[in-house]
Amino acid sequence: MDIAAGIAPRKPSVIIQPRRGLFQLDLKSIWDHREMLYFLVWRDVILRFKQTVIGAAWVILQPLINMIIFTVIFSVVARIPSDGVPYPVFAYTALLPWTYFSQALARSSSSLVSGSTLVTKIYFPRLLIPLAATLAPAVDLIFSFLLLLVMLAWFKIVPTWGLLALPLFLILAVMTALSVGLWLSAFNVRYRDVGNIIPFLIQVWMYASPVVYPVSMVPEKWRLLYSFNPMVGVIEGFRWALLGKARPDTMPIVVSAAVIAALLTGGIVYFKKMEWTFADVI
Amino acid sequence: MSNVSIYVENLSKQYSIAAGKSLQNNLVDQLTIGFMNLFQRSEDPDPDKDSFWALKDVSFEIKAGDIVGIIGNNGAGKSTLLKILSRITVPTLGRAEVYGRVGSLLEVGTGFHPELTGRENIFLNGAIIGMKKDEIRRRFDEIVAFAEIEKFLDVPVKRYSSGMYVRLGFSVAAHLEPEILLVDEVLSVGDSAFQKKCLDKIRNASLEGRTVFFISHSMTAVNSLCKRVIWLKGGQIVEDGSSTEVVTKYLATSLKGLDLTEEVWKDMNEAPGNEMVRLHRICVRRQDGQQSDPLTMQSPFRIEIEFWNLIAEANLHITVHLYTADGIIAFATGSQNDGPIPAGLFRTVGYIPGNLMNSGIHRFVVLFIKDSSCLIHRHESGVPINILDISKRDGTCYGKEPGVVQPMLKWTTEYLDMTPEIGNMKMNNHYTSDRDACVC
Repeated sequence: MDIAAGIAPRKPSVIIQPRRGLFQLDLKSIWDHREMLYFLVWRDVILRFKQTVIGAAWVILQPLINMIIFTVIFSVVARIPSDGVPYPVFAYTALLPWTYFSQALARSSSSLVSGSTLVTKIYFPRLLIPLAATLAPAVDLIFSFLLLLVMLAWFKIVPTWGLLALPLFLILAVMTALSVGLWLSAFNVRYRDVGNIIPFLIQVWMYASPVVYPVSMVPEKWRLLYSFNPMVGVIEGFRWALLGKARPDTMPIVVSAAVIAALLTGGIVYFKKMEWTFADVI
Repeated sequence: MSNVSIYVENLSKQYSIAAGKSLQNNLVDQLTIGFMNLFQRSEDPDPDKDSFWALKDVSFEIKAGDIVGIIGNNGAGKSTLLKILSRITVPTLGRAEVYGRVGSLLEVGTGFHPELTGRENIFLNGAIIGMKKDEIRRRFDEIVAFAEIEKFLDVPVKRYSSGMYVRLGFSVAAHLEPEILLVDEVLSVGDSAFQKKCLDKIRNASLEGRTVFFISHSMTAVNSLCKRVIWLKGGQIVEDGSSTEVVTKYLATSLKGLDLTEEVWKDMNEAPGNEMVRLHRICVRRQDGQQSDPLTMQSPFRIEIEFWNLIAEANLHITVHLYTADGIIAFATGSQNDGPIPAGLFRTVGYIPGNLMNSGIHRFVVLFIKDSSCLIHRHESGVPINILDISKRDGTCYGKEPGVVQPMLKWTTEYLDMTPEIGNMKMNNHYTSDRDACVC
């Protein structure tokens, strides 16, 4: 009718219909909601510091205290080598991405369930919730990084050009946290045992990563398998970028990066597939 | 077609009960069940037992600027429909086309965090429901003024009273100004002054050409705001048409136990009464229309009393006392004593005019009077008189009118003289709109 009258028919803003197919990624919708993402991250960051006294200091205290404990136990008592670098610095450079990862993981796996009021009442791409939970601890990372700079100066360690690669490894760390977070948060909605497993998982994962010991301690024949742990690549990358070792051991980094890419793609696809069932199940 | 706002075709939503059962919330249980299923022949899930259709084949079309009310019993699918249109959940079958930005008020104050201040929550909530940052900044002062929380902007929301909380939440959402507004029983919270504000906002939205989709259980609100009403039952559309018609039909069917309209005693020996008079039949019906149509405040109706007069040449008349639901007698009215009547079966009919009764459930008592002063029999009728209020109100109060009766009487107003000089008294012209003047 409209065409006959010379008026172009209006396109609907939104067509609502049953979801079909595996690859409806809808990334444009995420870009449209970028301001909401900003506010979600802002909310998480602000809440950290409201009504706390040591709030800001805790950000630095946590990795600092961990480093002291590790130094005493693993270096002084157990005498674990640290690749020619003073152990405190060695441990702290790993604790930086590790603290970020464990916080991001803990927050994002429960993010959907704790955000259930939003999920059941408002339209927005659900990916924003684990994404915001993953980005918020990165702010903490920046503060604890400042302490690292102080330590580097104290131990008179001069970073090499590898430092320029640091942002790259930071992005890798975020991607790792995001990919695992996507899988876990989606599972947690339906199977709440996931929430109970997380603290234990993080503990075990730490020992499976080169936080307190160097990769060089892992026997050659196991190293490939070991590198399937994406945090291996991230931590090795951080250590190389900050501590200026001669040549990085590229194999763990490359393998880990490949695993991260696969996990992230799979995570996004699975999450998107389950996304619109959350409101019904949560 | 060009000013269609929402177009819905065969929309259906199926929920699986099996998935919701808590048994499967546990990974271990899920694995156990999966393991056990390996040893059993798998059966197809029984469609009747394991799932139900919250919506089935719902189709309609709404034009821009309409206010449409959705009514129905609890569980009829109203909230599911709104959830689908808000894109919170996905339909199982069918499709919907939406033209314009959608704002939903499914719950007020969604996303409010108790530790954050009012100011911070305005930005957070605004961003969550889809406002851009500069939009929020521009409308910030209006939002605060509408919610009346100027003094408490920098106080954490957890310290707000529930009224302030609700006002702030609604205020942010109301300033979203979407092309399509979906409202789900928001009006059931808050005091009457706040509810009035909400309704005004909704009415203004429609006047500005925006579409409003409105779920409510208040028939007066629905009838006053909406010209069109959709009645959902069991996930399907029962009626879709003009608000007065649909609301009346809905009220008629939802009155249980109040649909008794007559009492009959066929056998005179068993009927209530005595040796002078026996009741045969009592009936309450509309003066016009079907006997089954409900009575409204406007409809005239009749009380029919059929009785056997057993004493020849008795001077009988009947008086009826009408009681409100509170047990207060509203009024008494009676037939005239027209002289002696022979023995036999008689029918006395009392005609109650429209625009007299107040709304509510009334009972009545029939009194037989001999010789103008001697009460010979008193019968409490089991037939209720249920008067419904479906009047359209023009936007002030939505409660029941006071009084045991609600007569429409003649009133006149005439101009007498000019206003005198007020002198020192300031003329207050601070009513910015007609609605602000209402004090109910």
